[in-house]
Amino acid sequence: MTEAKKTPLLDDLEKGPWPSFVTEMKKAAANNLSAQDLLGQLELSYEDKKAHWKHGGLVGVMGYGGGVIGRYSDVPEQFPNVEHFHTVRINQPSGWYYNTKALRQVCDVWEKYGSGLTNLHGSTGDLVLLGTKTEHIQTIFDEVSSFEEHPMDLGGSGSNLRTPSCCAGPARCEFALFDTTDLCHELTNEFQDYLHRPMWPYKSKIKISGCPNDCVASIARSDFSFQGTWRDDIKIDQEAVRAYAEGGFDIQGLVIDKCPTKCMSFDGSELKIDNANCTRCMHCINKMCKALRPGDDRGATILIGGKAPILQGAMMGWVIVPFMKIEPPYEEVKEFLEKCWEWWDENGKTRERIGELILRLGMRNFLRAIEREPIPQMVVAPRANPFFFWWPEETVQD
Amino acid sequence: MAFIEVAGQQIEVDEDGFLLNPDTWTEDVAKYFSKEEGIDELTEDHWKVIKYLRDYFFQFGIAPMVRKLCKDTGFSLKGIYELFPTGPAKGACKLAGLPKPTGCV
Ligand code: HEM
Ligand code: HEM
Ligand code: SF4
Ligand code: SF4
Repeated sequence: MTEAKKTPLLDDLEKGPWPSFVTEMKKAAANNLSAQDLLGQLELSYEDKKAHWKHGGLVGVMGYGGGVIGRYSDVPEQFPNVEHFHTVRINQPSGWYYNTKALRQVCDVWEKYGSGLTNLHGSTGDLVLLGTKTEHIQTIFDEVSSFEEHPMDLGGSGSNLRTPSCCAGPARCEFALFDTTDLCHELTNEFQDYLHRPMWPYKSKIKISGCPNDCVASIARSDFSFQGTWRDDIKIDQEAVRAYAEGGFDIQGLVIDKCPTKCMSFDGSELKIDNANCTRCMHCINKMCKALRPGDDRGATILIGGKAPILQGAMMGWVIVPFMKIEPPYEEVKEFLEKCWEWWDENGKTRERIGELILRLGMRNFLRAIEREPIPQMVVAPRANPFFFWWPEETVQD
Repeated sequence: MAFIEVAGQQIEVDEDGFLLNPDTWTEDVAKYFSKEEGIDELTEDHWKVIKYLRDYFFQFGIAPMVRKLCKDTGFSLKGIYELFPTGPAKGACKLAGLPKPTGCV
């Protein structure tokens, strides 16, 4: 093993209380040459304040069009062990629940063929293996996909369905209004082809939260955001409400006054909710989780269009389906997704997200294609300009 | 940059093995690439896709979208992967001598 290069700038980041990624990288570098060269190249980047990776890279495994992000150093003479430094995306289990066996297996493979460095997890959700050579990619895939217990598949990349992800869900959270982990797993399996073989104008992401707290930030980071909701009454345990009050909890100030629709009241002994005017924001339930529970008629709201700024500006998802029942085998969900993708694939321009396409062609075209009626819940406010288009059949011709 | 030698010609490629200049393409180049992209023998169907990609590229200056490729050649995406196991981008475009697809791959 060559002697580790000096890294004064990075060493500074070993100070302070937060776990240091530099310390972790040094641990990996102790017995891995490419981790060592990665430290060296990173130090160089800190010195000249710029990245030292070349543009792009296209590598992969047989049968798939995505899953591996190719990357090459632009200073390979200095750091030959990161000349290739490809990233392998491994589809995580729903909700990121592992047992040690599953993790040990993938670590063993990665120690053999990779840098030993990982990202747990990528923002989309994948278990990310950071840094390997082209000739190892197929072997890594063959090995992780043939584990006897807990075999793993690649996640998505490219103009395809990216790896869906979901919140902890009913496995650990009493707020979960449907089984997020099951839906996530089911959709991942159902749409394997869309995930592994890019065929669309651009990427498409699904994220699934069990309630409007939206712990996977689906509204901001997925084209299709699922958020659990209910449509009957919030369940109130008045006894438990009084216990909160007796415990000195300021129900009026912290719950009643903060309800966004002002649909609650508390007279000191009984809590009342005008459920018809509740927007299911979760605040009162979050505050008094021992006394309040979501209703029993459960499902999800589906929002579309969340994306980052490029090209048309950042968007958060907006409501398309205010309420859909979410129950196995999830036929309605699957049909809905297929219709949306079909319209997008048919009409989308290269590198146009579905949210941007809706913006370009209009909600009326989109809704007609997916066979849904426009409803008030889809907008924050009606249009403020009069530039309204009529369908030809709506106009009177003489 | 790296070079490959095809039929006595030195041809420049990038680190992923894509041609730097689509004009340096010949049928021998496609045959040369076919091995590393998991193709035993180039059939009429392969040539149909390759020829389509080249025509489209020289007409419009970009590679066609996958849906267009499937529609115009009559192959399903599954069919394309049967022909080109590494897919339309890494497989077919490479054999056709098109520039490397870029973006958020
Ligand atoms: C409710 C909708 C609208 C109302 C109430 C309205 C009203 C008016 C009025 C009162 C005038 C002045 C006429 C005059 O003094 O001779 C005017 C002029 C004009 N409006 Fe509108 N308008 C409306 C929509 C539109 C739209 C949708 C367009 C274009 C697409 C438009 C384009 C114009 C133009 C170009 C003029 C100037 C005409 C000129 O200078 O000779 N208006 N509008
Ligand atoms: C996309 C192109 C255009 C749009 C959207 C547009 C829109 C408008 C609108 C909304 C008005 C009404 C202003 C008002 O009265 O309050 C107006 C007025 C006018 N426009 Fe245009 N216009 C366009 C191009 C042109 C062009 C190319 C010309 C001339 C070569 C032109 C000449 C005029 C004139 C003379 C008026 C009347 C000005 C006045 O009322 O004193 N417009 N235009
Ligand atoms: S989104 Fe809701 S259900 Fe899911 S973990 Fe968060 S609070 Fe629980
Ligand atoms: S969920 Fe929100 S809107 Fe509904 S009653 Fe509670 S605080 Fe009010």
